[in-house]
Amino acid sequence: MTAKNAEQALSLRGINKSFGAVAALTDIELDVAAGEVVAVVGDNGAGKSTLVKILSGVHPADSGTITFAGRQVEINSPKDAQKLGIATVFQDLALCENLNVIENLFLGHELRPLRLDTVAMETRSWELLRQLSAKIPTVRVPIASLSGGQRQTVAIARSLLGDPKIIILDEPTAALGVAQTAEVLNLIERLRENGLGVIMISHNMADVKAVADRVAVLRLGRNNGVFAVDEVTPEDIIAAITGATDNVVTQRAAKRQSKEGTRP
Amino acid sequence: MSVNTDLLDERLQARDGLRGALATVVDRARQGELGMIPVVVGLIIIWTVMQVLNPVFLSSANLVNLTMESAAVGIMALGIVCVLLVGEIDLSVGSVSGLSAALLAVLFVDQGLPAAVAVLGAIAMGVGVGWVYAQVFNRFGVPSFVISMGGLLGLLGLQLYVLGTKGSINLPFDSGIVHFAQLAFVPEWLSYVLVAVAALWLFASGFLHARARTAAGLSASGAGFLAARSVALLVVLGGAVWYLNQARGVGWMFVLFLVLVLVMNYLLTRTKWGKSVYAVGGNVEAARRAGINVRRVYTSVFVACSTFAAVGGILMASRLAAANQSSGTGDINLNAIAAAVIGGVSLFGGRGSAWGALLGIIVIQSISSGLTLLSLDSSIRFMVTGLVLLLAVIIDSAARKSRTSAGRG
Repeated sequence: MTAKNAEQALSLRGINKSFGAVAALTDIELDVAAGEVVAVVGDNGAGKSTLVKILSGVHPADSGTITFAGRQVEINSPKDAQKLGIATVFQDLALCENLNVIENLFLGHELRPLRLDTVAMETRSWELLRQLSAKIPTVRVPIASLSGGQRQTVAIARSLLGDPKIIILDEPTAALGVAQTAEVLNLIERLRENGLGVIMISHNMADVKAVADRVAVLRLGRNNGVFAVDEVTPEDIIAAITGATDNVVTQRAAKRQSKEGTRP
Repeated sequence: MSVNTDLLDERLQARDGLRGALATVVDRARQGELGMIPVVVGLIIIWTVMQVLNPVFLSSANLVNLTMESAAVGIMALGIVCVLLVGEIDLSVGSVSGLSAALLAVLFVDQGLPAAVAVLGAIAMGVGVGWVYAQVFNRFGVPSFVISMGGLLGLLGLQLYVLGTKGSINLPFDSGIVHFAQLAFVPEWLSYVLVAVAALWLFASGFLHARARTAAGLSASGAGFLAARSVALLVVLGGAVWYLNQARGVGWMFVLFLVLVLVMNYLLTRTKWGKSVYAVGGNVEAARRAGINVRRVYTSVFVACSTFAAVGGILMASRLAAANQSSGTGDINLNAIAAAVIGGVSLFGGRGSAWGALLGIIVIQSISSGLTLLSLDSSIRFMVTGLVLLLAVIIDSAARKSRTSAGRG
């Protein structure tokens, strides 16, 4: 193992996954260090969701190695992922709207099952939310009365309950307004300050530029470059996403150029 | 002065004591969190109208009857509350109660088994029926509506089969179960002791909870508010018990019903199981991803529902001192379901409480008792109960709409 690998909290090497005849992921590599935000970007069907599912244990990979904290591991079920300390916040958040913030945070992991320790749960909820500097006025209201950004916060806070090392956010800002997006981006920065490795799946170049340290581009199930965000323009990333030299935009440009060239 | 952890946010409006509690209730009602408000208002209207029409209605003797009539179907409604909370339904509670009554009579009278064994046998049947429903529901994904409709007919058939050609079996009047359901009343002194214990318990549990919250740096209700709440309970409950004691008093069967409501309320609000029931009713997929064994939750509520139905059947047979082919038929089934819905348990799942069963069944029995006093037959009773049920569902649906627009989902 090289020295560089030892720093990585999570490394994927040569990950393959196919569904029937479709190769969803081919020979994927990805590294995430503690205290680093890695954005995974790609067009529809690039394999982003499949990658999330492999890491969260929903679908096991067909082949390839996953190294977690310097140890080679297998992730065959959501429980495996949880045990390792890989938490996933899915796009639909999976919150119960009729339950309040505390109940949602502790759902399935309540303290003292036969006589709920509401005081300890509320105290811990506040600790978690303060740690994220979350702007939630009260934890005793149903989730239904919270804004989209606040719900995202609750979902992220819930994933932190198990003390994860890596947290995967699937399109955390997709359904949010400007202010709420900023709120969530602050939250992601706070996760990084707390020493977590963050994998953020996103479509939004502005968000990627704003918080990510590195960007990994997927295209048609393959790696198509990893960039340090400071050294790359959004246009370069989009070029990598769309496949730069071979896409509709460049084809049209090329066609026009050749037409203009033949004109007398 | 330091601010409690949960009150730091400046957007929170300060609300203390009784006035604050009232303001919160008004606010929540505006946003569609109606809770028990409609049923309490409805009950006041019904009682006023009935009392005006017939002054006997609110007499001690009639109210004692009302409580005794409420217990059996109320316990069945308690089971319906459980299945409604996960967003399912059980249409067969009437048939389960009828079969339970028939089994009790056959085991106790025909087979000559001890009453306790017969009761346990009937309850075991209830557990078994719920378990079978849950298996069909979990394994084949058949809607509970259809499963229990099959059960409604099938179990009615089984009831007729168990009763055989006789069609009716009388329970001996000197047996313990008939005595319990007809003649067992709480002694006057004990009834007041129980009320005092309830008030003290409310205060003690509230006080301990408040102390724990204060120790953890959270906001807590003051001792004054807690004391006022306990005194209010003492006065209201004590007054009610005193009024009932002017006639025969408080029946042990009604006490059993109240105890079951308290137990279910505890299980639903203060245990992990209860939270998982509400979670499944709110968002099944979220519950599953949170690691809740959703199938087990469904099994538990179906078993609870038909077990409560069996208990209701036992009490009905005991009260009537007979089990016959019409036990559990007629409007019993729908009354149990209507009681839960009228009591504010949402048909859409995830909302409601065990107290709904108590308030709902009192509404239904009040209508029934009031109309009987006016010598109106069941034709009118069915129509009025049907209207009240429709009204309750309309309120539920309207509240759901205003919750959505007030952002309470």
